[in-house]
Amino acid sequence: MLSNIALGRFFPGNSLVHRLDPRVKIVLVVVLLVTVFWANNYLALLTNLAAIFVFMAFAKVSFKNYFKNMKVILFIVVFTSVLNIFYAKGPLLFKIGPVAITKGGFDNSVFVACRLVMLILISSLLTFTTSPTDLTDALERILKPLSVFKIKTHELAMMMAIALRFIPTLLEETDKIIDAQKARGADMESGNALKRIKALVPILVPLLVASFRRAFDLALAMECRCYNGGDGRTKMKVLHICSNDVLAIFAVVAVFLLVLWSNFWALAVHL
Amino acid sequence: MSQIEVKDLTYVYSTGAGTPKRALNCINLTIKKGEFIGLIGPTGSGKSTFAKQLNALLKPTSGAVLLDGVDIWRNSQTNPEFARGVRFKVGLVFQYPEYQLFEDTIYNDIAFGPKNMGLCDADVKEKVLAACKFVNLDLNLLQKSPFNLSGGEKRKVAIAGVLSMDPEVLVLDEPTVGLDPCARESLLEQLYRYHKEKDKTIILISHRMEDIAKYSDRVIVLSNGNLVMFDSAGNVFGCDKILNEAGLKVPQICSIMTKLKAGAIPDLNDKVLTVDGAVTELLKFV
Repeated sequence: MLSNIALGRFFPGNSLVHRLDPRVKIVLVVVLLVTVFWANNYLALLTNLAAIFVFMAFAKVSFKNYFKNMKVILFIVVFTSVLNIFYAKGPLLFKIGPVAITKGGFDNSVFVACRLVMLILISSLLTFTTSPTDLTDALERILKPLSVFKIKTHELAMMMAIALRFIPTLLEETDKIIDAQKARGADMESGNALKRIKALVPILVPLLVASFRRAFDLALAMECRCYNGGDGRTKMKVLHICSNDVLAIFAVVAVFLLVLWSNFWALAVHL
Repeated sequence: MSQIEVKDLTYVYSTGAGTPKRALNCINLTIKKGEFIGLIGPTGSGKSTFAKQLNALLKPTSGAVLLDGVDIWRNSQTNPEFARGVRFKVGLVFQYPEYQLFEDTIYNDIAFGPKNMGLCDADVKEKVLAACKFVNLDLNLLQKSPFNLSGGEKRKVAIAGVLSMDPEVLVLDEPTVGLDPCARESLLEQLYRYHKEKDKTIILISHRMEDIAKYSDRVIVLSNGNLVMFDSAGNVFGCDKILNEAGLKVPQICSIMTKLKAGAIPDLNDKVLTVDGAVTELLKFV
């Protein structure tokens, strides 16, 4: 029941996007995320959205999965865009009873909703097409300059990899514990808020104990294989930037420029 | 009369991505009150899924499970409490049950089930003590934290936590996994005693054919979600061909006796299930 969440999942494949260098992918995703906030008129927004859909098409992951991700945050999207409707001034669009909808408010809410959706699409694109190992590997490389400040980038990346790796395991464990406590008559579906929170104790305590046990076991297993941090550690898979990566960089830069141009174009038309 | 009746029970897992998996396929069987049932099958044959169906943790895709003649999912929409009541009547001990312990003291943990049943403190205490007696748990430990116990003791506490609800049917999913031989034997002896003294139905899932052969009246064989056999232990372990096809083996002593009968001692009665039984039969020829 908990395992249906697509958030942060990886869909193995061999598409153009899958084969990109993960470092390049992370940087490009950051650029795309920034671009989303640069788009400040409808044309730019549309350009941006279209570009994202083109990238998604290249990734060859079923669109259904993106929408599954969307479902999780649908509430936040609706909530923020509804809130935004009321917080702007400008020429009146129409009135529903005492509620006045202004042009500015309407624009705001559309922009917020579109931006949130785009942010999710972009980050899904990254996690769907990059395995957690590649992801942390790339992060480690990108963060490497920080080691000047005595920050242990390898350890950070390793922690992230382990955390990602254990999400499904812990979900499975939670399901098991819920079943076991239900078998002893635990009631989790009825009662008021306080009662329901109390009903979580029999699940959270064993879960916490289990995660500590797993952590100790894992630490021991890593030590048995002589793991001692990042110093002097070499990579089995050395990352290389190839022609596809260069192409992708050009494509993203093009999208960025196109969005900027759309912004200025709109300004020029208005003037 | 039949206590548990399983009718055309089918359960399909939908794993989200990929094709749905048929974990149980049209199972029909009846279990009488006071029987000791063994449930065997290779890994992934649907044993654990079947166990969860019996106490209303999983809802069948189609078909029904009847407890004392009543469908356990009857009126599940209007009356969710009914399914919870079923769980008090059919106790389920999971694999590695020691991972479900959570209370600060052993007493409180064993009392979790009876308290959920809504019993008064005196009754809860009585049930806890009775459950401790059955699993042979040292009463001096009751006020200690369950997390400081050894693995075997934790397992006892967890099983006592289910026994304390005094269920009419007790389903155990591989309760002896990871225990040392002595602990395994004593645990099974205690369960057998519980079954005999209180006339309770027990369904034991295990990969140890010797244990199943020794204690079970009847044995269910599952393979790939299908019911392959449901017969007396003697008959089931007499069909080594069918068992082998399902990826199982007969107890060692059975195959030894079969081989002795085929070779050295043609007059031997090879329909025995335990080492003790084999000794009696073999002594007749000494």
